[in-house]
Amino acid sequence: MTKPSEAVARQACQDVNLDPTRLLDVLHIVQKECRCVDDSAIDAIAAEMGIPRVRVDGAVTFYTFFTKEPVGQITIRLSSDIIDRLQGAQEVADALTDELGIDFGQITADGLFSLHWTSCIGMSDQAPAALVGDTMVTHLTAETARLMVRSLREHKHPPKLVQELGDGKNAHPLVHTMVKNNIRQPGSIIFGPINRGEAIRKALGMTPVEVIRAMKTSRLRGRGGAGFPAGLKWEFTRAATGDRKYIICNADEGEPGTFKDRVLLTELPDRIFAGMTIAGYAIGAQEGIVYLRGEYAYLKPYLEEVLAQRRVEGWLGQDIAGKQGYHFDIRIQLGAGAYICGEETSLISSLEGTRGDPKNRPPFPAQHGYLGYPTVVNNCETLCCVTKILENGAATFSEFGTEQSSGTKLLSISGDCTAPGIYEVEFGVSLQKVLEMAGATQVQAVQVGGPSGQLIGPDQFDRVLCFDDLATGGSIMIFDQSRKILDIVHAFMEFFVEESCGYCTPCRVGNVLLKEGLQRVLDGRGEPADLEQFEQVGAMMKACSRCGLGQTSWRPVVTSLQSFRDQYESRVADDPDGFRRSFDLKKAVATAEKITGRKSVHA
Amino acid sequence: MPATKPRIATTSLAGCFGCHMSLLDIDERILQLAELVDFDKSPIDDYKQFTQHCAVGLIEGGCCNEENVAVLRDFRTHCDVLVSIGDCATMGGIPALRNMVTIEECMQEAYVSGPSVYNPSGKVPDNPEVPLLLDKVYPAHEVVKIDYHLPGCPPPADTLFAALVALLSDEPIKLPYQLIKYD
Ligand SMILES: Cc1cc2nc3c(=O)[nH]c(=O)nc-3n(C[C@H](O)[C@H](O)[C@H](O)COP(=O)(O)O)c2cc1C
Ligand code: SF4
Ligand code: SF4
Repeated sequence: MTKPSEAVARQACQDVNLDPTRLLDVLHIVQKECRCVDDSAIDAIAAEMGIPRVRVDGAVTFYTFFTKEPVGQITIRLSSDIIDRLQGAQEVADALTDELGIDFGQITADGLFSLHWTSCIGMSDQAPAALVGDTMVTHLTAETARLMVRSLREHKHPPKLVQELGDGKNAHPLVHTMVKNNIRQPGSIIFGPINRGEAIRKALGMTPVEVIRAMKTSRLRGRGGAGFPAGLKWEFTRAATGDRKYIICNADEGEPGTFKDRVLLTELPDRIFAGMTIAGYAIGAQEGIVYLRGEYAYLKPYLEEVLAQRRVEGWLGQDIAGKQGYHFDIRIQLGAGAYICGEETSLISSLEGTRGDPKNRPPFPAQHGYLGYPTVVNNCETLCCVTKILENGAATFSEFGTEQSSGTKLLSISGDCTAPGIYEVEFGVSLQKVLEMAGATQVQAVQVGGPSGQLIGPDQFDRVLCFDDLATGGSIMIFDQSRKILDIVHAFMEFFVEESCGYCTPCRVGNVLLKEGLQRVLDGRGEPADLEQFEQVGAMMKACSRCGLGQTSWRPVVTSLQSFRDQYESRVADDPDGFRRSFDLKKAVATAEKITGRKSVHA
Repeated sequence: MPATKPRIATTSLAGCFGCHMSLLDIDERILQLAELVDFDKSPIDDYKQFTQHCAVGLIEGGCCNEENVAVLRDFRTHCDVLVSIGDCATMGGIPALRNMVTIEECMQEAYVSGPSVYNPSGKVPDNPEVPLLLDKVYPAHEVVKIDYHLPGCPPPADTLFAALVALLSDEPIKLPYQLIKYD
């Protein structure tokens, strides 16, 4: 039937010229062909590449998309994100388990299917959605899920599930997906008129230092979440010493509720690649890497094609646009299902072919990044802004937005509203205005900036979106009056427990403490002391965690506790005897009662 | 002796008695302690039951069986202030290593299939004298409210003494680095 995994593994290593930084590519090949990366494959890879076995094993067990046990020929990964759940993912899940006769985490007897939950797959505007093989299936219902399984049984070919194509480039033969862009409000920067080549031509007509100065004048700040000034980051990297430099485009888009990079990659890849080319020129890099999240693998052939076209047209390769001596090219690295790999130092670890563990900072990537060389990591949207700044001038760009937050921002709006999708708004717009645009009424709460952002109620809807007030990488999740706040927060904590890389204790343990405490409160067994503990744990995680995940993942609990305190307080009480209400003696002795056949004398 | 002396009680739950030994390590200062307090239920004076309400209860060990839970709750009812002493009480400690296996496996290994077990009946003992095990070992504060925690395995005698004196004389506790340094 299948080739022995060892042979596949050895061949895959040869395919990447035994380059250990390409470990992810090797693992992708083995996983695809063998449905798993088992111990003999791991042995073979370690031997062939001459790297420690534990490094290979560590990587296999780190990423969701690699497994040591076989998965089905067709993997069905249902998005477990809160938006998907609120829109019926559980009914879809029930239909799937029923139709397939297996539970989540299991594989059918014939080996054809396996069923998995997975973190947000970037389709919150068309939820519930699932990743079937590499094929995105959106707007699932219990019924369509059953039909899907039945037709897969017949043709065993997930791409055949795509019948109606999405809009725009989603219909491109190399993309061929049912995914829709849902661009509800195009603005004048990102979705403004396209003037192909203009930005690069202008940049190459300037000195690198002038390009960086233009970025600084535009006051462009990173769109990936942290909002670091792009010009400054480029300047540091340019100034750092290194034989080589790198520009990396962060297309990992893992923050639940965010999907704007998906749309940019679909509709404006040329802008992203041009932005990288300009950044490369500015910092002195000859190589760019796009780190594309594994969930967006369906876009890869198309993106490769766009890159190839750019090479033909002279926008990539040697002497770009006729500029003697400026050589630059871009490659795409596919991720493998790990939210933490969106964090720039984890992303770099992952690119280096190891587990996607964050690194200590400092040194920052600008000094010591990919393979130790000075590196810029920028978000897709940031890079799109770069091209516009060169086309129209820094001053025009900074006329939009506010003093501290210039330009526009793409919002990914999902949840309880009539028009979920992409909105390009000027920084400084009020949340209220945004909710009106999306057609949201009866709003109880909004999660701004994804799970690591903040959960706020109507009394704060007059706040504005910008880096100094409501900062956001773009995720806006809307929850109406019918939703239960604590369930939402609990779902976020489940996400963080799942996605914490586990390297440092404050985050590994802190997330679990918060999730378990929340469960106690939800079960009606919480105490006021639990609420105090939430705040203490949050402060500890913020101060002591190693990377941005743990430094912010406490926020759903603590910010909702501030905004919706009554919902917590109505569920907690002190025990008059000072016993913990969460300790259930009956439950704790139940198993021992069964084993010994004797009743407890105290329960 | 004046009847107004505060009373203290101590117990060893799922612990090794090491914390109590450490308490005895205060040596002649036990006389000083006796000036300050009267002992109620405690292995030190062998009182099996509470005779009066107490100011302070010292808890060694977490809860691994139902009797531990009953005793700990009894302490909560009879003491104003409960102090968890030692890593077993504060975190579960060594006994909590069993939390990594299920209780079924644990009892099977201990009574039936372990390499040094001789048990022709193949049964897990069900003698009512042996309290039922809990599904896992719980630190004391997961069972009742605990007011203070003193880490250490065991906390050194000086640490225990300093904490007790501070508590009983209602003064802020001073624990210099040496007394809470455990590496
Ligand atoms: C847990 C975590 C996840 C992140 N995920 C992403 C992501 O998916 N995409 C992204 O662009 N930035 C992400 N970031 C931010 C990156 O670390 C980095 O700041 C950003 O890519 C820099 O680009 P920018 O300056 O253009 O925003 C994440 C940060 C953290 C802490
Ligand atoms: S904070 Fe969390 S994700 Fe970051 S290094 Fe620590 S354990 Fe890993
Ligand atoms: S903390 Fe140490 S000394 Fe105290 S009971 Fe536990 S094992 Fe014994």
